[in-house]
Amino acid sequence: MTAVAARAARVLRRLAAMAATLLVTSFLVFSSLFLAPGDPASFLVKGRSAGPAELAEIRRQYGFDEPFLVRYWHWLEGVLHGDLGRSHLLHQDVASVIWSRLPASLLLIGVSALMIAVVGIGSGVVGALRRGSRTDRSLMLLVTVGAAAPAFVAALLLRSVLGVQLGWFPTIGNGTGLLDRLHHVVLPAAALSVTFVALVTRVTRSAMLDELRREHVEVALSRGTPRRTVIRRHVLRNALGPIVTVSALLVSGMLVSTAIVETAFGMSGVGSLLVQSVDQLDFQVVQAIVLLVVAAFVVVNALVDLVHPLIDPRTAAAGSAR
Amino acid sequence: MSAHPAHPALAAGARRPLARLRVLGGGRLRRACLALLTLFVLVALLAPWLTPHDPTFGKLGDTLLGPGADHWLGTDQGGRDTLSALIAGTRTSLAGPLGVVVFSTLLGTAVGLFTAWRGGWIDAMAGRALDIVFAFPALLLAILAVALFGKGMTAPVIAMAIAYTPYTARLVRGLAVQEKARPYIAAYRVQGHSAPFITVRRMLPNIAPTLLAQSTVNFGYALLDLAALSFLGLGVQPPTPDWGAMINQGQAAVLQGQPLSAIAPAVAVVLVVVAFNVVGESLGDRLAGRDS
Repeated sequence: MTAVAARAARVLRRLAAMAATLLVTSFLVFSSLFLAPGDPASFLVKGRSAGPAELAEIRRQYGFDEPFLVRYWHWLEGVLHGDLGRSHLLHQDVASVIWSRLPASLLLIGVSALMIAVVGIGSGVVGALRRGSRTDRSLMLLVTVGAAAPAFVAALLLRSVLGVQLGWFPTIGNGTGLLDRLHHVVLPAAALSVTFVALVTRVTRSAMLDELRREHVEVALSRGTPRRTVIRRHVLRNALGPIVTVSALLVSGMLVSTAIVETAFGMSGVGSLLVQSVDQLDFQVVQAIVLLVVAAFVVVNALVDLVHPLIDPRTAAAGSAR
Repeated sequence: MSAHPAHPALAAGARRPLARLRVLGGGRLRRACLALLTLFVLVALLAPWLTPHDPTFGKLGDTLLGPGADHWLGTDQGGRDTLSALIAGTRTSLAGPLGVVVFSTLLGTAVGLFTAWRGGWIDAMAGRALDIVFAFPALLLAILAVALFGKGMTAPVIAMAIAYTPYTARLVRGLAVQEKARPYIAAYRVQGHSAPFITVRRMLPNIAPTLLAQSTVNFGYALLDLAALSFLGLGVQPPTPDWGAMINQGQAAVLQGQPLSAIAPAVAVVLVVVAFNVVGESLGDRLAGRDS
């Protein structure tokens, strides 16, 4: 088999595995409704009084009288066409509710991801290059505390100190206009980042240390290649593989943490929508958001597996040798 | 590996691996963390006798007092003594993660041992199933459980136990596959011992120390997730004292410049989780021979 064909086969296999995982996870999310105690139709309108006519309409709409797999099939068909059902509380399509909240959450996630990449990889590199120094030891202590500092604690401290005491940043809401929005998102993004910065720092540091110990680094240095070049082109380049892989695993945790951060800062986003919907018993919205978070995690991890050989061609070679 | 005695009578050493665990020795940080955890467990057990005031309801005249002789950590918006709520909250805050860790360790160990022993397609299928569960983050599964079964702690604890199971199952499976290849297992098999006897009574003790290290770290993360749930108002419901719920309730006071009723439980959460992480990881390092 030629290299190109082998690569194409690998990509197709990975995409097929991703599709299979998405199918099973979507089935689980769909089925979860039927775990709820009582009749599913009355569960969906729980918290409000609904007449028998409305219940019959819901039963017909969701096909509760049809066989289970047929129901799932219709639901999946809808989801694939962007139909996430209808909120019985808001009397709106779930997809449009989520869509209107999405930009705020994406901004939060984007700014936070930037912070995680810059601060996490940066301090990991510094720690590895100055291994055992005072800087390294203080960084490691910060990492230990940071990994244990949940988003809600970070949010509390940041709001209390930078928001209330010093008044540098707004403590509530989304803001309007680009600059105001960015100003509003700094503290939430920082709160969201803390745990993940700690984890990425740790992974970067140990991946860098693993690479620094390698022979090829010593050879390059002894040949007179400038240290800076060796670090950048040999050490960091090779360390990127594990860093990216671990970061992909953190995606789902980060998406869920937006619920905490958005709630803490009174932001209007998909995360706070999830919490409100659980609170107000709007199950359709909860189910749709759970589905999106899980799907995002599965897709991101598949993408990382596919992109990995571009970062580190050795993994592609290892993959086709198997 | 070759040093391992083949004869079961000589394999006694393999059955007492806990003797290898001299947890109480070693680094200052580790000892400090162990002491801290012991303290918190004692506080949780003795909570009803330690609280200086009513931990559930406060006096309306005493709202948002600063720290003082009568209220060491001040009071919250309902006039409740923060120290008392903190002490009483130790119980709920530690009981939830305990449930998660016990459930997930039992389930994960069972799955891990079974799949490692059977191997073949059962092992492969179970691996796939665990990958699927892995796509559901623990907190998300807990939130889904609340949406289905209502607020409280029982459903989220069960949901999170399921979410934590793949970590334990994978660890146990990996270790059990290694153990299975060892001569002492072959010796027991030749003697005609049953699979449950060999895996649970003979194999598990050799895996237990690493499992304990993993469960210790898991405890910290489970505590974080459950505290987050209560913070979101979906877990323990006020006025039942709980750290996550206290942080949530204290938020409004933070904006009024009285952050102590929220910061005290936040510090408690971070301290306990750091302690669990340090103890768990040093246990793991020690077992892996990477003692620093």
